[in-house]
Amino acid sequence: MTVILSQSFTGISIGAVLLLIALGLSLTFGQMGVINMAHGEFIMAGAYTTYVLQQHLTDAGTSLLLALPAAFAVAGALGVLLEWALIRRLYTRPLDTLLVTWGVSLLLQQLARDIFGAPNVQTRAPEWLTGRITLFGGEHPLTLSHARLFILTLALTAVVALTLTLRRTPLGRRIRAVVQHRELAEASGIATARVDRLTFFIGSGLAGVAGVALTLIGPIGPTMGTNIIIDAFLVVVVGGIGRLRGAVIAAFALGVLQAVVEYSTTVSLAKVAVLIAIVAFLQWRPQGISTVRTRSLA
Amino acid sequence: MPTARGYRLASCVLALATAAALSGCGARTGDEDTAPGAATIDTSGDTIKVGLLNSLSGTMAISEVTVRDAILLAIEEINADGGVLGKQIEPIGEDGASDWPTFAEKAGKLIQQDQVAAVFGCWTSASRKAVLPVFEQHGALLFYPVQYEGLEQSPNIFYTGATTNQQIVPALDYLREQGVASLYLVGSDYVFPRTANMIIEAYAEAHGIEILGEDYAPLGSTEFATIANKVEASGADAVFNTLNGDSNVSFFKEYDAAGLTADTMPVLSVSIAEEEVKGIGTQYLTGQLTSWNYYQTTESPANEAFVAAYQAKYGADRPTSDPMEAAYTSVHLWKEMVEEAGSFEVADVRAAADGITFDAPEGTVTVDGETQHLHKTNRIGRIEADGTIAEIWSSDQPIKPDPYLKEYDWAEGLAR
Repeated sequence: MTVILSQSFTGISIGAVLLLIALGLSLTFGQMGVINMAHGEFIMAGAYTTYVLQQHLTDAGTSLLLALPAAFAVAGALGVLLEWALIRRLYTRPLDTLLVTWGVSLLLQQLARDIFGAPNVQTRAPEWLTGRITLFGGEHPLTLSHARLFILTLALTAVVALTLTLRRTPLGRRIRAVVQHRELAEASGIATARVDRLTFFIGSGLAGVAGVALTLIGPIGPTMGTNIIIDAFLVVVVGGIGRLRGAVIAAFALGVLQAVVEYSTTVSLAKVAVLIAIVAFLQWRPQGISTVRTRSLA
Repeated sequence: MPTARGYRLASCVLALATAAALSGCGARTGDEDTAPGAATIDTSGDTIKVGLLNSLSGTMAISEVTVRDAILLAIEEINADGGVLGKQIEPIGEDGASDWPTFAEKAGKLIQQDQVAAVFGCWTSASRKAVLPVFEQHGALLFYPVQYEGLEQSPNIFYTGATTNQQIVPALDYLREQGVASLYLVGSDYVFPRTANMIIEAYAEAHGIEILGEDYAPLGSTEFATIANKVEASGADAVFNTLNGDSNVSFFKEYDAAGLTADTMPVLSVSIAEEEVKGIGTQYLTGQLTSWNYYQTTESPANEAFVAAYQAKYGADRPTSDPMEAAYTSVHLWKEMVEEAGSFEVADVRAAADGITFDAPEGTVTVDGETQHLHKTNRIGRIEADGTIAEIWSSDQPIKPDPYLKEYDWAEGLAR
């Protein structure tokens, strides 16, 4: 029984990581129609931000908490730079954004290698994140690690913050207006170029926050983004392009599926099972779990 | 009278024969370029070139960079001492980038373009398997410094790390002595862990140890929550860990998060040495076990000098480890072999190898000419809170290398 519970928790925590990564991607891919392959490198930028902060601040807890806004700002700034330099010229050509941003992702990887060296690095987790909560004592208690709970909280906070921003703020209304009808939005006096830039800032910034979370799970390296970006794209596609709700459901569903299959078989088989499930699901529901008409891909 | 079908058949045969003849020509021309069976070694200058082939990037860099540093130290020492046969050693470094095809490509470059006398390097068995045909085809020489899964013996490779009967088998003996009756196997998904676990299973079956589970994660994988849960639920007496590279960081973090400790369920690792301990974090590792032939704490005058020289060159915070020591030792062994042979030619060096000894940091090692492995002492260690590894058990005597486990009844049939 606790096995099922602890595997569910594992699945949810895998889902939380996927969700954190997919949130920003969902915004830029879903809402803006930009296939940003450099999103993984924005995650890496967030992770390295945490590492750099920890080099300068001895207290692991302070540096981790400071890393959250810092990584958001660093990755967001990189995103704005990318949007300003390249992507704004390609808004009507989504497939070209794929090629261009892939090139950018390779550039950023090499840049990271030059700055931080090729070997992967690690950060120290603060004291209050190394422990665990034990429920249902006995021979096989259910253990929830603080680090995983932290990531889960982070993911849910990000979802709530993003939803509120999109639904309740003037900026959110402007973003939705631009997404639904660019010309009309522009005619109503919305500075669409500025809205694009802000949307990209938020989407990329969320990747930075995901990077901070990943430092709690594994090592930080130049290729960490590429390892995870495909999973994040799958979440966005399964979730339905342009919908946060879909991304949330998809992330947790894929996380739990992965954890359950992995428990009864092997890691590699679980990956295969997840991919087969995705292909089957998209045959049945090509538009994903939920979707909205966007100006480019719908 | 020949039928149409007969003509077709004949022309097919002719075409095949022509193709065979042409490809034969191609092969011959290829061989002429590279001098069949004997690598061309550039001995014309004042220096003799050797190749260094390590992953300086990618998932294996955490380990392999340290090996390269140890090789460079040995080269520096030998050069300061007058070089080899009057020539200074000139290292040519290449990055294998944790990618096996890259290893093969760079090995070919070192042999053909740089015409090095020997190559030192490789870490994963996958990289060694990838370069092996290159070295055999060109008749060149590789010194491989890392413990591995055995069941291999190439005339073009000197294996200066442990084979299974010098690392895994003594580790199992030790665990059995401690009363371990059940094991859980966790490894990276490639040749070394899979072969090692096959050997462990054969051993376990013969000695009444129960294997409660076996899990593999892709190299570089960072998601270990499920595996940690499975290990926890199995209730095994101990875990045998053959994970490689920085997957260990994630594994031990999850192991700790699952509430498992060295007291409740010890993990015996064969790929974690001092350098990795530093990277993974001692808070996750204190009390866990390792099996190697050398630790930074190994007591010998040669080791004191080695550690002092290494830290003087690279910094006092840089630990030494088993593969580094084996790599360092391999350069010195190569020098001894070359001087015994009086030649840099691969055939001469190999002929001179049997019985060559070196007073290594791990103690005196001797080359076994038949298998091209070393006689090495096994040491079980416990990871301490300060990041060092303390020896808690030793085989006392150097163990004769037995890569095919011929002298172990339970291992019969493994080496097919």
